[in-house]
Amino acid sequence: MSVALVLVEHEGGAIKDATLSAVTAASQLGEVHALVAGQGVGAVADAAAKIAGVTKVHVADDAAYGHNLAENVAPVAAAIVKDHCDYLVAPATTTGKNIAPRVAALLDVMQVSDILSVEGPDTFTRPIYAGNAIATVKSSDAKKVLTVRGTAFAKAPAEGGSGSVEAWSGGGDAGLSSFVGAEIAASERPELTSAKIIVSGGRALGSSEEFHRLIDPLADRLGAGVGASRAAVDAGYAPNDYQVGQTGKIVAPELYVAIGISGAIQHLAGMKDSKTIVAINKDEDAPIFQVADIGLVGDLFKLVPELTEKL
Amino acid sequence: MKILVPVKRVLDYNVKPRVKADGTGVDLANVKMSMNPFDEIAVEEAIRLKEKGAATEIVAVSVGPAKAQETLRTALAMGADRAIHVQTDDEVEPLAVAKILKAIADEETPGLVILGKQAIDDDSNQTGQMLAALLNWGQGTFASKVEVDGSSVNVTREVDGGLETVKLSTPAIVTTDLRLNEPRYATLPNIMKAKSKPLAAKTPGDYGVDTAPRLTITNVVEPAKRSAGIKVGSVDELIAKIKETGVIA
Ligand SMILES: Cc1cc2nc3c(=O)[nH]c(=O)nc-3n(C[C@H](O)[C@H](O)[C@H](O)COP(=O)(O)OP(=O)(O)OC[C@H]3O[C@@H](n4cnc5c(N)ncnc54)[C@H](O)[C@@H]3O)c2cc1C
Repeated sequence: MSVALVLVEHEGGAIKDATLSAVTAASQLGEVHALVAGQGVGAVADAAAKIAGVTKVHVADDAAYGHNLAENVAPVAAAIVKDHCDYLVAPATTTGKNIAPRVAALLDVMQVSDILSVEGPDTFTRPIYAGNAIATVKSSDAKKVLTVRGTAFAKAPAEGGSGSVEAWSGGGDAGLSSFVGAEIAASERPELTSAKIIVSGGRALGSSEEFHRLIDPLADRLGAGVGASRAAVDAGYAPNDYQVGQTGKIVAPELYVAIGISGAIQHLAGMKDSKTIVAINKDEDAPIFQVADIGLVGDLFKLVPELTEKL
Repeated sequence: MKILVPVKRVLDYNVKPRVKADGTGVDLANVKMSMNPFDEIAVEEAIRLKEKGAATEIVAVSVGPAKAQETLRTALAMGADRAIHVQTDDEVEPLAVAKILKAIADEETPGLVILGKQAIDDDSNQTGQMLAALLNWGQGTFASKVEVDGSSVNVTREVDGGLETVKLSTPAIVTTDLRLNEPRYATLPNIMKAKSKPLAAKTPGDYGVDTAPRLTITNVVEPAKRSAGIKVGSVDELIAKIKETGVIA
């Protein structure tokens, strides 16, 4: 039976949801192994071994792996896949997208990025052109490297597995890069990629103050995550990790509320698989209305406070 | 320090892609093509580093059909010093592009290679990372800030949780994100000047790279369409409709 190695993404000792979607994709390919790389990650490895379907966890525990540096982690993944596995499966997060192609090149494999489905052992579907087309792709490489779109696969149960844990040694610091620092936004709100409801604001908000004055209370009322268009992020109304779209986050919540967002194809690419889309825009011909289930035409500065008030 | 900037010719980002009826791909006949927007950002960053005195020469590279020369001329008009065109009419996958770029990097010995983080046609987001692996160099992907400091470069990266900064020893790979800079437009005099800048014509064979694809695209379809929605006339109606979906009580 084929073996698929899942690159486990974790932060602060917790496994990220995107990993669980990758496990589901991997389980459609064969037996699921997991790689936990990091520093002081014993507890993460134990948690990974409990994910339903995971039969073995390889742990690479070393200071060199502490900040997910691709230069140090990719050789570990490549070595394990080379000896033991047929697939590397990574979540299509910024961490997965940084590391997986480096592994693919070390293995001389052409990666299949951002898969939406597993059609067979060597065949997958994936979006191209900002999701305006879906390609079915067949790989002829003996080993395969895949990244997985989180919204396209259900999350594997975090409990129920009883995999073995095996330490991996070797590798270490490639001496090419080091971690300097991070500005990670701490938020009480749900993370965008797993939020049930998202409220997103666009350029029409006009300033950071107005963005927070109007969008935040509505999001709080709905228990929603907050997103933004590229225009809103570029203008500094919202931080970069809010960006939804082709080149930002891909989300598919049950409810997506787009406020003052025109609906450019690059934005739609990140949210058009949401279950219900609500749009508020003063231009009745805005392209966002072509994908919205419920549209309200009018001035957001009047409508949004009213909506927050009445909810 | 020399900077190598690979650029790709793609469907212009303002054009809505149309899937061909026979399922073989997206229709590129008679549509506007442009430089991949992330590559424009890469060219711009290289020029800014040169203007600051951190770089001495900028070499633009494109792997693609004859028309890719137009894209290289755009890079030259923006401010690149010379160009290398690796001509092929075949679809070249990121892995093979990375192999060609590695061969060029071996010849040119740049201090930095700055690439777009992804091309907006196949959205692969692979070439820079693959090139870094093949060269065994450090990689600063999805960059929103690049600071060259002697023999190292600090790259601030846009990551899912916010921003992260890594320090790479040079030579190194940088891939650009949207907020790294705003690319300049080429001025008419510079477009004229670009016509006489050197452009070397090469083929994948010159670099001994086999570009045979590893992936076969067996079918391309349009994504499922969303059925048309409704417009409501008031906030009260909106709340009632949202409640009907059951997401909120
Ligand atoms: C390579 C590339 C990648 C990109 N990636 C992304 C991406 O990942 N995500 C993304 O979002 N974009 C992306 N873009 C940008 C995209 O093309 C659009 O420019 C952007 O999405 C527009 O943002 P917006 O809708 O907020 O602004 P606009 O297009 O300016 O729309 C503002 C909207 O607000 C409405 N409005 C104005 N005032 C009011 C009011 N008082 N009340 C109600 N409505 C009002 C207007 O009618 C308009 O529809 C990318 C572009 C490129 C080239």
